Amino acid sequence: MSQHNVDASWPLYEVFVRSSRGLSHVHAGSLHAPDATMALRNARDLYTRRNEGTSVWVVPSDAISSSDPDSKGGFFESSQGKAFRHATYYTKSEGVKHL
Amino acid sequence: MSFASSDSATRQSAGNAITPEDIIASENKAPEDVATYAMYLGDDALILAQRLGYWISRAPEMEEDVALANIAQDQLGHARFLLSYAGSAWGKTEDELAYFRDTHEFYSCRLVEQENGDFGQTIARQLIFATYQYELFSRLVDSKDETLAAVAAKALKEVMYHLDHAAQWTLRLGDGTEESHRRMQEGLYYMWPYVDELFADDDLLRDLADRGIAVLPSTLRESFDQRIQPIIEQATLEIPDVAGAFGGDRSGRFSEHRGHILGEMQVLARQFPGATW
Repeated sequence: MSQHNVDASWPLYEVFVRSSRGLSHVHAGSLHAPDATMALRNARDLYTRRNEGTSVWVVPSDAISSSDPDSKGGFFESSQGKAFRHATYYTKSEGVKHL
Repeated sequence: MSFASSDSATRQSAGNAITPEDIIASENKAPEDVATYAMYLGDDALILAQRLGYWISRAPEMEEDVALANIAQDQLGHARFLLSYAGSAWGKTEDELAYFRDTHEFYSCRLVEQENGDFGQTIARQLIFATYQYELFSRLVDSKDETLAAVAAKALKEVMYHLDHAAQWTLRLGDGTEESHRRMQEGLYYMWPYVDELFADDDLLRDLADRGIAVLPSTLRESFDQRIQPIIEQATLEIPDVAGAFGGDRSGRFSEHRGHILGEMQVLARQFPGATW
């Protein structure tokens, strides 16, 4: 990588936008910024310019630990077929009221 | 128009702010002196929008392309509001005022006409002009002219962000590397001679200000200085000690750049009258 590219590349941030009160922040995308303060402003410019947001979070991308796509089987699919983890699996015991 | 987008992570909407179309549709006809004042302010916004548009695809990073483009769109919005309102005095449209007035018929201040230069020079112009507009619109919201007051209220929210954007960059460039400090300081030196003109009064402004319609520019200078000085000092920069450029009012003197800016901006509308794009 040339010296120019090293100097020109800003760290990557992930952007989370909350569209209205009571909802969660939702991942909207990512952007480059020189620091967190400017990342918030860039996020405002890139991801809330059509009135999408009431709140924005930015997180350095390298601060996020993510699950390994290759371990999908062991990580996620192994929870399939375990109906006993859902409330609907159970039948109401006799005499229990207000359920 | 539908803003709904089912595959977007976030919900979009147009919002319910006042639009230039509301001004056009309204029955409010500007008196000629108020219309001229609206052109003072509208021409500043229009020329700055045209200047900032240059940065699209040319800013240091793509994110900054969008930031400057958003600011340019805001300024173009101010121009649409103000020129639409001004045009109501003479039965002219915003486009007729924007595209079919000649160089000497514009009222823009010379600050917004100045060349973009490098990013530091553009940020210097942004810092000065956003600070001025912030002080101006903070007071114009109380104008006795309802349309001007409504436009100022809309514009003030936008200008708050322009000022924040410029201040953040001034701090980072001024207190950044040796090179960024040098360029930011040079940008301030380049733009500062055009500061005085922003605060120059004339007979029209005095008369409108007496009637509670306009804001008298000279009354904004003190709060302008108080707001911009700490930003420049925190950025380890100096306020340039330079003389104001000659001829500081809107009486018809303009910079050598204005003709070039208008040439580029007006050429299509003039070669193909009525064209839409």
